[in-house]
Amino acid sequence: MAGPSVQSLKLPLTGNDAAAYAMKQVNPDVVAAYPITPQTELMQTFAEYVHDGEVDTELITAESEHSAMSACVGAAAAGARTMTATSANGFALMWEVLYIAASLRLPITMTVVNRALSGPINIHCDHSDSMGARDAGWIQLYAENPQEAYDLLLVALKAAENHDVLLPAMVMYDGFIISHTMEVVETLPDEAVREFVGPYKPAYAMLLDKKPFTVGPLDFHDYYFEHKRQEIEGMLHAPAALAASAAEFEGLTGRSYGPLETYRADDAEVIMVALGSTAGTARYAVDALREQGHAVGLMKLRTFRPFPAAEIAAALGGAKCVVVCDRVVSFGAFGSPTFAEVRSALYEVPERPLVINYIYGLGGRDTGPDLLEQAFEEGLRVASTGEIKEHVGYLGVR
Amino acid sequence: MTTLKELSHREERFTGGHRLCAGCGAAIVARQVLLAADGPVVIGNATGCLEVATTLYPYSSWKVPWIHNAFENVAATISGVETAYRAFQEKGRLAEKWHFIAFGGDGGTYDIGLQALSGALERGHRMLYICYDNQAYMNTGIQRSGATPKGASTTTAPAGKVIPGKLQPRKDLTAIVAAHHIPYVAQAAPHNFMDLTRKVEKALAVDGPSFLNILAPCHRGWRYPPEDTLKVTRVAANTCFWPLYEIVNGEYKLNYKPRKKLPIEDWLTFQGRYAHLFEGDGEPELVAEIQADVDRAWEDLLIRCGELPPRECRDEKKK
Repeated sequence: MAGPSVQSLKLPLTGNDAAAYAMKQVNPDVVAAYPITPQTELMQTFAEYVHDGEVDTELITAESEHSAMSACVGAAAAGARTMTATSANGFALMWEVLYIAASLRLPITMTVVNRALSGPINIHCDHSDSMGARDAGWIQLYAENPQEAYDLLLVALKAAENHDVLLPAMVMYDGFIISHTMEVVETLPDEAVREFVGPYKPAYAMLLDKKPFTVGPLDFHDYYFEHKRQEIEGMLHAPAALAASAAEFEGLTGRSYGPLETYRADDAEVIMVALGSTAGTARYAVDALREQGHAVGLMKLRTFRPFPAAEIAAALGGAKCVVVCDRVVSFGAFGSPTFAEVRSALYEVPERPLVINYIYGLGGRDTGPDLLEQAFEEGLRVASTGEIKEHVGYLGVR
Repeated sequence: MTTLKELSHREERFTGGHRLCAGCGAAIVARQVLLAADGPVVIGNATGCLEVATTLYPYSSWKVPWIHNAFENVAATISGVETAYRAFQEKGRLAEKWHFIAFGGDGGTYDIGLQALSGALERGHRMLYICYDNQAYMNTGIQRSGATPKGASTTTAPAGKVIPGKLQPRKDLTAIVAAHHIPYVAQAAPHNFMDLTRKVEKALAVDGPSFLNILAPCHRGWRYPPEDTLKVTRVAANTCFWPLYEIVNGEYKLNYKPRKKLPIEDWLTFQGRYAHLFEGDGEPELVAEIQADVDRAWEDLLIRCGELPPRECRDEKKK
C-alpha cells in the first residue's frame, strides 16, 4: 500500500469533535439539527464554526428532529449539500422522514451518536436507535473510534452523492464511549477535504434548475413498486461507490476502509463479529486468548447497509464457530439483527460455521474484555463439541 | 395592487385537469394565490386533498417547482428550501428573487403541523404559509379537527342521539400565529378575490414569515351545493363567523365590515353539517351559544382593530 499523499495534522479530538471537524471541512450549504445527548457537543461545536464565520453553512436550529430532517429534505431537494446529526429518541422522531429522504434520493449525510432508545429512558450507548432504521434506505456505517468518526463521514458523503447511488448515509459511533472520548485524530488539510468531496452536483435541484418539477407526488400501485425498485438499484450501486470513495480516501491518508475488517481471523476457529467501539475491546480479548493458545479472531463489521453478505461469507467461512455480538435486541426475532443477517450470509458456505449470538451492553452497560472472553469461551466450546446449547445469550446482565 | 384585468393576463401556474372536486374551495385558493404570486416561486404542500389530487404520478398540476414531504412538516420543509436559497444567494449561485409558499390544510396546520409551523415562524424564514381551512380532515373523509366549529357534524364527531356533533369551539389559529409577532398575518376568503390577491401580494412583500388563513369550503364535508362555494364564504363574512382582517407588524386592520351583520342561522342553515341543530326540537341553546361565541369574537376583533373602544372604556362611560 502506498503511503498517504497528504500531510495530516494530528489533533486531540473526541468523537463529537471529530465529526464536527469533518463537517466544518466539508462546509455544507445547509445543516439542520436539534440538540440531544450525546450528540449535543457535536452541534454546539458546529454552531460555533457557523457563528465564528469558519463555515459558509446556513444553520437551521429546528424545533424538533422531525423538523430538522424535514428541513434537510427541503434543502437537499432545493439542491443544497445538507448534513445533520442526532441520537436515540431524536433519531426515532425523524423516522418517518428518513424513509422519505431515501425515496426522494436525497444524499443527506448524518452522524448518529448511538444511544439506547427509550424506554426506559437512558442516555448511554447501544445500537437500538440506528439498528431500527436498517430498512429505511440509508447507507449505514459504524465507526469504531474518533478517527473513523471523522474518516467515515467523508467517505460516506462522497459515496452517497455518487449519481449511481443518490441515497442518504448515516455514520454511527458509540455514545459517550466514543462521542466523549478524546483521542489523537489525524485530520486532512481543509483543501484536501474540499477537493476530496468536490463541489456538490445535485442530480436535480428545485432552485438551481429553471425547469419546474414536482417532488414527492402521490405514487400509487401503478408506479410505486418501480420507484422502490429504482431505490433498491441505488443501494445495489452503493458497495462500488463506497469502495471507490474509500480507495480515493486511502490514497490521501493511507487508511483503508472496506465494509468489514478482520483481526487474527485467518486461522481462527472461533471468530467474533462486533460493531463500533466493542471491536477494540474484542481485539484485546483476542490477543489475550491467543496468548493462551486459542485460535480466535475478530471480524469488525463496518458497513451494515448495504450488508456485505459475500465478504462476510468469505471472511467467516473457514471458522468452526461464529460469535455475533450485538448491542441491540430485536424483540421476538430469532437473535439480534446482525446475528440473523450474518447467519443468513453463511447459509451457502460449504462448511457452514455454527453461529451463536450474544446481546450485550444495552443502555450503556459496560462491556469489558472479561465479558467478551466469556463469549469466546462459549464459542470455543461450541467449536469443539459441535453443539449449541442456546443460540441467543446475554453478556453482563444480572 | 394588481388589477383583475392584469391578473387575467397572467399565466396559470396551477393548471386545470386536477382531481379536486368541482366547486372545491382549496382549488380556487391555490389558483388565486399562484396568480397573485408573480415571479419565481417554490410551493411546499402538506399531505392532504390539495396534494393528492394535484400530483397523481405521473401527472402534476403545478407549473412551478413543488415539493411534498409529509403531513405535519410542510413548514419545516419549505424552511429548508428557503434556507438553501439563502445559502446559494450568499455564495452568488442564485441572483433572482424567489418566493416560498407552503400550503397546508387545517389538519396539517391547526393540528399535526402546528409545531413545525411555530418553529418555522420563530426562526423567521421568508415564506408565506397558507392554511386552506376547510374545517375538518376532508381528505380522509370529514373527521373533526381543531378547526371544526362548534356544532358541526363530522364522521368522528357525528350528530348523534346524545351528542349533537362537535361540542368544542375551534382553535383561533390566526391569533396563535399572530402571537409569533411575524410581520404579516391575515384572514381571507375566496369570494373576495381582490382582498385575497392584495393579501398575497402584501404577504410576499415582507422580509420574513407571513401567514394567511383562508376559508376554503368543502361541499362534501359542509353539505351544500357545489356551485355555492363562494356564496358560503360570503355568508361566513357577513355573519362575522369568518371576519376578513389583517395584522401588519402587530397592527390589526379590519378589511371588511358587513353593512348588516347577519344572524348566525344564515351560516348554519346554509350547510347540511349543521342540519341537526334545526331538526325536530333542534338545539336552540347550542345555536344561541354559537351566536354568542361569534358576537364575542367579532367584538374582540373590532376592539383590536380600533373600530370599537375597549370594553373597560365603555364601562367607564356607563358609570
